[in-house]
Amino acid sequence: MTLSLQVEELKPANSEAPSIRGTLEKFKIQTEKLNAWFGNNHVLKDLSINIKEDEVTAIIGPSGCGKSTFIRCLNRMHELVPGARSSGAVLLDNANVYARGIDPVTVRRKVGMVFQKPNPFPTMSVYDNVAAGLKLNGIRDHQKLDRAVKRSLELAFLWDEVKTELDKSGASLSGGQQQRLCIARALAVEPEVILMDEPCSALDPVATAKIEELISSLKAQYTVVIVTHNMQQAARVSDNTAFLYLGQLIEYGETTQLFENPTEELTERYLTGKFG
Amino acid sequence: MSNQSFRRFKDKLAYGLGVLCVVLAMLPLASILFEVVGKGLPAISLGFLTKTTGNITDPSSGIGNAIEGTLILIGVTSLIAVPIGLLAGIYLAEFGDNKFGRTIRFLNDVLAEFPSIVIGILAFSVVVIAIGHFSAIAGAVALSIIMLPIVTRTTEESIKLVPSSIRDASMALGIRRWRTSLSIVLVTAKDGVITGILLSIARISGETAPLLLTVLGSGFFFSGLDQPIDALPLRIFTDYKNSNYPSPLAQGWGAALVLIMLVLGLNLSVRLLTRGRSSFARARA
Repeated sequence: MTLSLQVEELKPANSEAPSIRGTLEKFKIQTEKLNAWFGNNHVLKDLSINIKEDEVTAIIGPSGCGKSTFIRCLNRMHELVPGARSSGAVLLDNANVYARGIDPVTVRRKVGMVFQKPNPFPTMSVYDNVAAGLKLNGIRDHQKLDRAVKRSLELAFLWDEVKTELDKSGASLSGGQQQRLCIARALAVEPEVILMDEPCSALDPVATAKIEELISSLKAQYTVVIVTHNMQQAARVSDNTAFLYLGQLIEYGETTQLFENPTEELTERYLTGKFG
Repeated sequence: MSNQSFRRFKDKLAYGLGVLCVVLAMLPLASILFEVVGKGLPAISLGFLTKTTGNITDPSSGIGNAIEGTLILIGVTSLIAVPIGLLAGIYLAEFGDNKFGRTIRFLNDVLAEFPSIVIGILAFSVVVIAIGHFSAIAGAVALSIIMLPIVTRTTEESIKLVPSSIRDASMALGIRRWRTSLSIVLVTAKDGVITGILLSIARISGETAPLLLTVLGSGFFFSGLDQPIDALPLRIFTDYKNSNYPSPLAQGWGAALVLIMLVLGLNLSVRLLTRGRSSFARARA
């Protein structure tokens, strides 16, 4: 009961415009006064945002505004950089992932990540790349691994292209295939949230279109947060968009509304290309 | 126009100087190989490779025990130095960005530059005196002290070459830090690590000074790690000492050829093995 109450309380910003899902929608991730630093450089300032479950949320903003840092805080990857620290809370299903005693490894298994450049493990085959997360966490059952690899590659729209050459090196695939391999690898450990850090910035338009199609299909099962430089991409793939500027959340709302009718002047100036 | 032809001349000059320097650098190697093959080949025969030394002035004396000794020393030394060096290298690359790590890295570099005779004296005073006589294990200890900093350094360097995006990818899958280091990063760096181990084996198989103070040399086949054994560089040295006799002189050249071939063969075979696998994958792409 407290859970639904909390959700109601945090909703008013969006409650004016009823979404298709109506009262069923739920927040998968909520941040409360999230701050992040690299050494003395304060890159995220009091960022509070509610990310809806099973929807795609895009984070846009000019270079250096803290987009990547923001999503790296969501799965506790930020703290791996020497000198990096953060404060505030990140609630995943209402539980703070920064609470004392929470193992960051368990957080990362629930919140998967895809990076800017495709980064398959270069010495591993396609199969081993996808199975790596399971194998290295102690799963040895071959049938289980086979099933997980097939399922993940299918979800990533890659199965038909690689099913006959699973023992080929992952690094021998094309750039777009490598990125979908990385998505399959992230899906194999059965996360609940997928974070994508400019997943198409190193890809050509055809490969980009494929990844975008894939992102739209993923939201049936996963909450997706995508950082992108490309505003058209944000408009195409996302349900909600957040605009960040100099480490602050300037505007957040449904994508169509934010793009067609931004409430903040800064957002409008960014969207119309006046800076950024 | 003349300006352009002057530039072309400068380009040719620089290129020519580069080629000349390469030739100069290759000259000693070529002359050594030529000399060793020319003088060593006549000594090589099945008996020479398999028989024991016996009386060194005997023309039918062999280097079987020296080959065996060198292989045993390489094996035992690697057993000691490779695991320690690997783990130390992983530590320095992955966790060594602090005062302790910097100190270790500095001391490791100092150790790598240490004169090998001093390391021989160390092994002599620690192992030989403790056991009471010269032994194979004392030689392996001395050689592993020489091998350790090379393995540590090359492991560290190869691991540092692994892009951080690979490490990130692994950590983001919820793979633990130590697992990431061993199963992802070290595996990715394995070609460099193997090359480093090979280089260090090449280095120790030619070491002579520390062996003089530890394994002593022997005319017989292996009889226990606590007993003296022979090794190829030692055999070359004793052959040289007896080079006023004709047969040790010829046999010394033969032993030198065998030692060079051993190191070369080891290098080539492991290199072909590791390269074969990746080119296999590429060929199928």
